[in-house]
Amino acid sequence: MELSGGEILVQFLKDEGVEFIFGYPGGSVLHIYDAMYGQDDIKHILVRHEQAATHAADGYARSTGKPGVVLVTSGPGATNAVTGIATAYMDSIPMIVITGQVPLPVIGSDAFQEVDSVGITRPCVKHNFLVKDINDMAETLKKAFHIATTGRPGPVVVDIPKDITDPSIKIPYSYPKTVEMRSYKPVVQGHSVQIKRAVDMMATAKRPMIYSGGGVVLGEASAGLRQFVRKLGFPITQTLMGLGAYPADDEQNVGMLGMHGTYEANMAMHECDVLIAVGARFDDRVTGKLAEFCPTAKIIHIDIDPASISKNVKVDVPIVGDVGNVLAELNKLLDLSSTKFGKQSVAKWWDQITQWRSRECLAYDRDSDLIKPQFAVEMLHKVTKGEAYVTSDVGQHQMWAAQYYRFNEPRRWINSGGLGTMGFGLPAAMGVQLAHPEAQVACITGEGSIQMNIQELSTCMQYGLPIKIVTLNNRYLGMVRQWQEFTYEERYSMSYMEALPDFKKLAESYGHVGMEVDKPADVEAALKEAFDMKNRLVFLNIITDQTENVYPMIEAGKAHHDMRLMPVRELS
Amino acid sequence: MKRHIISILIENEAGALSRVAGLFSARGYNIESLTVSATEDPSLSRMTIVTSGSKEIIEQIKKQLNKLIDVIKLMELTDGEYIERELALIKLRAEGAEDREELKRLSDVFRGHIVDVNSHTYVVELTGDGEKIDAFLKAVEGRCVIEVVRSGVSGIARGDRYLDVAAS
Repeated sequence: MELSGGEILVQFLKDEGVEFIFGYPGGSVLHIYDAMYGQDDIKHILVRHEQAATHAADGYARSTGKPGVVLVTSGPGATNAVTGIATAYMDSIPMIVITGQVPLPVIGSDAFQEVDSVGITRPCVKHNFLVKDINDMAETLKKAFHIATTGRPGPVVVDIPKDITDPSIKIPYSYPKTVEMRSYKPVVQGHSVQIKRAVDMMATAKRPMIYSGGGVVLGEASAGLRQFVRKLGFPITQTLMGLGAYPADDEQNVGMLGMHGTYEANMAMHECDVLIAVGARFDDRVTGKLAEFCPTAKIIHIDIDPASISKNVKVDVPIVGDVGNVLAELNKLLDLSSTKFGKQSVAKWWDQITQWRSRECLAYDRDSDLIKPQFAVEMLHKVTKGEAYVTSDVGQHQMWAAQYYRFNEPRRWINSGGLGTMGFGLPAAMGVQLAHPEAQVACITGEGSIQMNIQELSTCMQYGLPIKIVTLNNRYLGMVRQWQEFTYEERYSMSYMEALPDFKKLAESYGHVGMEVDKPADVEAALKEAFDMKNRLVFLNIITDQTENVYPMIEAGKAHHDMRLMPVRELS
Repeated sequence: MKRHIISILIENEAGALSRVAGLFSARGYNIESLTVSATEDPSLSRMTIVTSGSKEIIEQIKKQLNKLIDVIKLMELTDGEYIERELALIKLRAEGAEDREELKRLSDVFRGHIVDVNSHTYVVELTGDGEKIDAFLKAVEGRCVIEVVRSGVSGIARGDRYLDVAAS
């Protein structure tokens, strides 16, 4: 069939099985929007700001495992999308971002709404393309999807000049089912010798520790990880990005590690003798002071990205491959092993961990007259039976969500871990809700973050998205305030926000339901009432204790055993 | 910090060079010289990068380069026997018979060629490894150097070591 460039794009996306495009029209993409008109195979979601389009596509991708698709215009459309592209890049999220470009003949002439999109996005994409010939369109798009979704996933930008989508120029189109790239062949099978060495090392461990990350979620390896951990009987900790891949409620789980990790997880990291890192990248928020990271441990590292191996921390047994494949191989070897693995084999180590656990590092004041943010998250967990999809923004509320909403399944916890993008939560929740129309979707946010993409309340209205926005409103940029309290002698520079809007009325003005609570006794009932409104977006403004801090905390540059715990006076 | 030479086979596409250069600046890696040109197969470019750093950093540089989608293959030339060459074009002030004779003699000693002459300048063309060019510049130092243009290093491995698309 003969199609124009714009029609090829739309037809290709249909052939690729794309359900949603998150986008915003403008001059350079008008041919594409025209080609999309009148079809309903792909649903286009009109956001209110291009950054939100990328976060929504990101939320869709994180909650489904399928790539998110974004369509924006040239110039400001593309630059507005950059924050969302960088967010996806840092967390390895598969995404295809189609940016319009000025026509080929005027590229480089500083034309209206011209920007070098390929140049601007180069450092924050897995790869990008500029389509210079309509005949390359279909193959380039296929490559973009292939690159975005295989190996270590990531965002791919395809920049399309307007004349390439000219409706008067048509060429034959057929869907390219496969693509072959001589320069891109990700390794998926782990090296069998290294896998065997890893098992031998595990057999010698007296104080073993498993540390799993977002790679397990991205690699759909949660089931394999669960088997692996149970066979070994070793304790497991997860990164912020890895929560849910292993059930929070399982006894072998010692919780999150790192800057705001649990006392037991961080102490166990510091004392362990064999560390098994599974799909995690030794981020600075996880390792703390590198020179004192796991000082007595031999390290096994499983990762699909060779460049992640020995980047920050030197590894003894590297295994490059798809996490799911490698875990399956490991599980096979463990079954055949003559070593008796299991909790009993490391009973003394478990005694030590039980002792660390008895510090109850996540305990907080339950008798306060003020709403403790931790309490609000626990109530959300109770009301949603722990089954909601939870997105978050960035700051204290993000850490409390990670600590107190105990995730038992992967792809339920959706947050910007690597880039730490405020304004992520609400648009990400839109993508999640569209992908899972029947599911409960909560956006845990703060009064600072929510204002960074609050315009999306309008998008939520247009598409009837019944997201529950749970704002932990402490009238402070809480995490900034906390750092200022701890390390800047309480000089609260610019961390207090005056002139906050009346969020209840604001939500109502967009046509949604607004609610507000300021007493602990009312929190559960308010959450119930909100979630009972199945078809409405509810903005629940929770007025919380203004000066609550996130504990435990490893301050920047300190080691795992050097934690600041909740002051005892606050505990009743 | 040891000097390392990395040879890269990369897709000959617009932007390939900036992906490599951008990687070095974004991650703060040293770059001493970088040369690039198409090969006998016009769809391929060959790059030679001279860099320095600890063993760990060089390992990271190679991994990060391999991670670039356009990079097909790379090899560290300094891992084995190799040949490196650099071209220099050097404009020298050459006035008076004695100076002109001396510069001609020096150029001959270094197996250079004088490729341009007028009443008061020479342009010397010199090929060799970086050390040889450094040595020539030292020999003429302070006297008469007007301009120095160096190509940066190109390198190739000796014998049976080579980079090609097919070999794995």
